[in-house]
Amino acid sequence: MKKNLIWDHVILLVGVFFMVSPVVLTLMTSTHDAITVYKEGVQFLPGGKFLENYETVLFQAGGFTKEVDGFVMLKNSMILGLGFAIGKIIISMLAAYAIVYFRFPMASLCFWVIFATLLLPLEVRILPSYEIVQQLGMVNTYSGLIVPLIASATGTFFFRQFFLSVPDELLEAARIDGAGPWKFFKDILVPLSQTMIAASFIIMFVFGWNQYLWPTLMTTDESLFTLVRGIKQILQVWVGAQIPAFNEAMALAILAIVPPVLIVVIFQSWFVKGLVESDK
Amino acid sequence: MKKVQFKSPLLPYLLLLPQLAIVTIFFLWPAAEAVRSSFYLEDPFGFGSTFVGIDNFTDTLTSSDYGRVARFTAVFTFFVTFLSLGIALLLAVKADKVIRGASSYKTLLMWVYAVAPPVAGLIGVLLFDQHVGPIVDFFAMFGWKMQIGVDYFDTSFAMIVTSVWKQIPVNFIFFLSGLQGISKSVQEAASIDCRSGIRRFWTVTFPLLAPTGFFLLIINITYAFFDTFGIIDVMVKGEPGNNPVTLVYKVYLDGFRGNDLGGSSAQSVILMDLVFVLTIIQLRLNERRVHYT
Repeated sequence: MKKNLIWDHVILLVGVFFMVSPVVLTLMTSTHDAITVYKEGVQFLPGGKFLENYETVLFQAGGFTKEVDGFVMLKNSMILGLGFAIGKIIISMLAAYAIVYFRFPMASLCFWVIFATLLLPLEVRILPSYEIVQQLGMVNTYSGLIVPLIASATGTFFFRQFFLSVPDELLEAARIDGAGPWKFFKDILVPLSQTMIAASFIIMFVFGWNQYLWPTLMTTDESLFTLVRGIKQILQVWVGAQIPAFNEAMALAILAIVPPVLIVVIFQSWFVKGLVESDK
Repeated sequence: MKKVQFKSPLLPYLLLLPQLAIVTIFFLWPAAEAVRSSFYLEDPFGFGSTFVGIDNFTDTLTSSDYGRVARFTAVFTFFVTFLSLGIALLLAVKADKVIRGASSYKTLLMWVYAVAPPVAGLIGVLLFDQHVGPIVDFFAMFGWKMQIGVDYFDTSFAMIVTSVWKQIPVNFIFFLSGLQGISKSVQEAASIDCRSGIRRFWTVTFPLLAPTGFFLLIINITYAFFDTFGIIDVMVKGEPGNNPVTLVYKVYLDGFRGNDLGGSSAQSVILMDLVFVLTIIQLRLNERRVHYT
């Protein structure tokens, strides 16, 4: 029995090592200077260039991209993550409310139209989507970046599921007390949904922050680059460079990793709830 | 459906309007456009297009390049799915069992969820780099000289490892919550009847986890097909050349780099059919999953 327990811990520790060490090595490498990394390879211990490298990456335009610094990219990532999460929560709560709480003709048609979006991941309709957004003049705008990502049905399903589990008696009681649809939504349903909103916010923020393909197509103007979008630029400079600046590239990677990871770790229980219950 | 509902002539439509508008403009319209242009041969300079029927499909499906990419996608999907499911299941079972340090293990095993696929790809590029990568050094000790970006097999290997790494947390979280959903009384009854832990796992725990497993299987196939785009794009460094790529990557390549709109759309439509089938299966399983628990 005792021996088994030790093996359990050994397996778990190997698993933790496999999951954690790549990012630790990335972090360590980002604290050395470029020549050390180039000569001696990926670094296993912290070096003395932490502040220097991160300052360069955050505040000096030019290294990787010609116009923007890491700070602007950080800001854009934040806008994309927050805009996506908030926009999607509002839109999908309204739609789910209509579907669950109203009787109206074409209700099921609307439901199926929204449902159809699950069948169309961005990647399979990428070219026509790009052309349409281009025709609408939304290339290189925040709305072009955020809005087309918002409408997939996952959020609507998530809230629909939750609204269906809210007891009917609440609505009956509210109606007896004379509450209209809007009052019921604002004063009863939204407060009840708080945990659900928090849980889906975390999932959606991370999803928005981590978007890659869509920002790559939508933003050619560097002042709109997100951190994750900037990765591609890093590589292009990298491939051509004499001494590749692994250290600064990895500093940028760490910047892109830290905010979503912090949110997931700090709000872990909400995150797990959001992930498991939204069925992705 | 609710037994009590509001009745209002206009309000539900107003509530649905934002979502329906976005769905129509950014989902249905592009999808229709993809289907339409899959039947046309478009002039690369934008001077009109000719109707060619199903030529784009037959050209796509019979081209040797497409066959090669499809084969790689199948192999890639197989390894990513089974390795990430297998490792995650093992870790979830162990994390469910131990008491000391359980919550630290959980946190440490799940946070990689938040790392973006292209960032994972970038880390992969670093660790598998020819000059500085420790993994390359490690395998060199056994006489395997990895050449990522040059050697087809080595690049595939690196891509699979990176994609598995990125996907383990999701599977881990679902398996763990599935395991915690198994009632204590069932587990106790099983441990009275059967002393062998391994046997107990395969005859009691594993079947009870099967619905979660099937559900995850679909999620993982979808992941390997679509969400690995960022990893692949970064790891081939934007120069696919002779490197392994997946079907989704090829849609992007042919459409944006090759300017082959018809071919790219035909590939999109083929993938849409695939997603359609996967989603239907997933829905059926979801119904059953609810039924089991």
